[in-house]
Amino acid sequence: MNDAAQFFDIKAIRAQFPILSEKIRGKDLVFLDSAASAQKPRAVIDAMVHAMEHQYANIHRGLHWMSERTTEAYELTRDAVARLLNARDRSEIVFVRNTTEAINLLAHSYGRAIMKPGQAVVISAMEHHSNIVPWQMLRDAHGIELRVAPITDAGELDMAAFEALLADGRVGLVAITHMSNVLGTYIPAERIVAIAHAHGAKVMLDGSQSIVHRRIDVQALDADFFVFTGHKLYGPTGIGVLWGRRELLDAMPPFLGGGDMISSVSFERSTWADTPHKFEAGTPAIIEGIGLHAAIQFVEAIGYPAIAAHEAALTEHALAKMSAIEGVTVIGRAQDRGGVVSFTLDRAHAHDVATLLDRQGIAVRAGQHCAEPLMRRLGLDSTARASFGIYTTHEEIDALADTLTRIREFFA
Amino acid sequence: MFEDVRDLYNAAILERGRRPHHMSKLAAFDATAKGDNPMCGDRVTVWLKYAPDGRIAETGFDARGCEISKASADLMVEAVQGQAPADTRAMFERFRQMAQTGDCPACAAFAPLAPLAAVHAYPSRIKCATLPWHALLAALEGTTNATSES
Repeated sequence: MNDAAQFFDIKAIRAQFPILSEKIRGKDLVFLDSAASAQKPRAVIDAMVHAMEHQYANIHRGLHWMSERTTEAYELTRDAVARLLNARDRSEIVFVRNTTEAINLLAHSYGRAIMKPGQAVVISAMEHHSNIVPWQMLRDAHGIELRVAPITDAGELDMAAFEALLADGRVGLVAITHMSNVLGTYIPAERIVAIAHAHGAKVMLDGSQSIVHRRIDVQALDADFFVFTGHKLYGPTGIGVLWGRRELLDAMPPFLGGGDMISSVSFERSTWADTPHKFEAGTPAIIEGIGLHAAIQFVEAIGYPAIAAHEAALTEHALAKMSAIEGVTVIGRAQDRGGVVSFTLDRAHAHDVATLLDRQGIAVRAGQHCAEPLMRRLGLDSTARASFGIYTTHEEIDALADTLTRIREFFA
Repeated sequence: MFEDVRDLYNAAILERGRRPHHMSKLAAFDATAKGDNPMCGDRVTVWLKYAPDGRIAETGFDARGCEISKASADLMVEAVQGQAPADTRAMFERFRQMAQTGDCPACAAFAPLAPLAAVHAYPSRIKCATLPWHALLAALEGTTNATSES
């Protein structure tokens, strides 16, 4: 029995995910691609269907029963997210479509209005494209320098080099992944925030991967912005979150203009609604927002201590199993790492590995994982990646390892 | 365990993917182009040399990618040998149809490419098979870059 099994009943958890009983070409689905997008529990599916069947209208504007009830349900999600992140106030929660939109909002609004040409943004060498490209666009449009903090060969942030990048005091913002989607590395977020603040820089943490596995406390982290997406946290697509300190959000201009984000509009001028609504133009993802609430309740019912223990046990098991297979190289050896394991096989390209795994019902991702600069840094053109969720079992990792051994024989 | 993938990972593909016959740069060439699939990481470079009558005299390639893309590039080199550019374009259209549907009209005309017919049953891999052709056609058109991801 593993540690995690003492905390929760994996069979009971799996039973809540209808898709896990699907067969792939007659074989059991072994879903090891949760870092790309997680599967959805019954509670999320039911909450969304229930809303559409019983409680749906546009929000924030109707004077009728349906609109009032739907607004209430949608806004309860804001409270749930505020509690999830331990935000000081619900007004610090801005709903967006996904992490990518959250970072674009920051780059556009904070980057162009608060940062001054000549200042710099620091990212790391292990960012997802979504935390690279918006800053390049800011650099090119607004004269902001983009600096890249290197990683070590083990796949950890090079802390000395990171601190050196901040030494001249020109860095306005550090925008960095909290957990790498390729290497599984957790960065030492508290230290990074402390170093950044000591040099006068704000910090945005990309929590797309980390919030799935670990309790996030934005006050304890002392971060300035935290972004994540709902669909990796067992919620629907189309709903994500930007959390920011209220005083920072208040100082920032809107990103998109339109309905729902205004206080008053005339043809001469318009005034904005207060934070967070000034960032939420147009009819939002109402059903998806309600689904996210159900996802948060699902996660909190299991509890982060159990989730984190499960992830740690799975990761330890996977690293041991994978390292024991001849010809398999695990990419990234960070001390503090989570349930994302990238690997290469000596005799076959990652795409061919993924195709053969798929034929056994095992879903992994293969390619550059939206992190082309990291691939280049690692000297690789692609890797295969197994990533774990709350429903992943040790037996599924064993199936992956056994099949990899057979794939290596196939390509002998 | 993997008998069901032998349709695509057949002897010809495994041989060509792992030990391509034509994977080298031409010492002298008239045209070259790169094919790049940034989402998956596959890259291929194609070099062409024309005969005095405008037909393809020689083709070479370099590839970084999976078995399917390398085997496809290697088989392509033989299929287009001695072909006029217009015939090469027509051959690509037939090849693309075969890769997408499994049907192989006028298949006898390019029997060397038949080992790739099963790729249609692997939708996410079709772009691997067609990438070298996109690069080849770019070289024929005199452009330098191509992709099969869009």
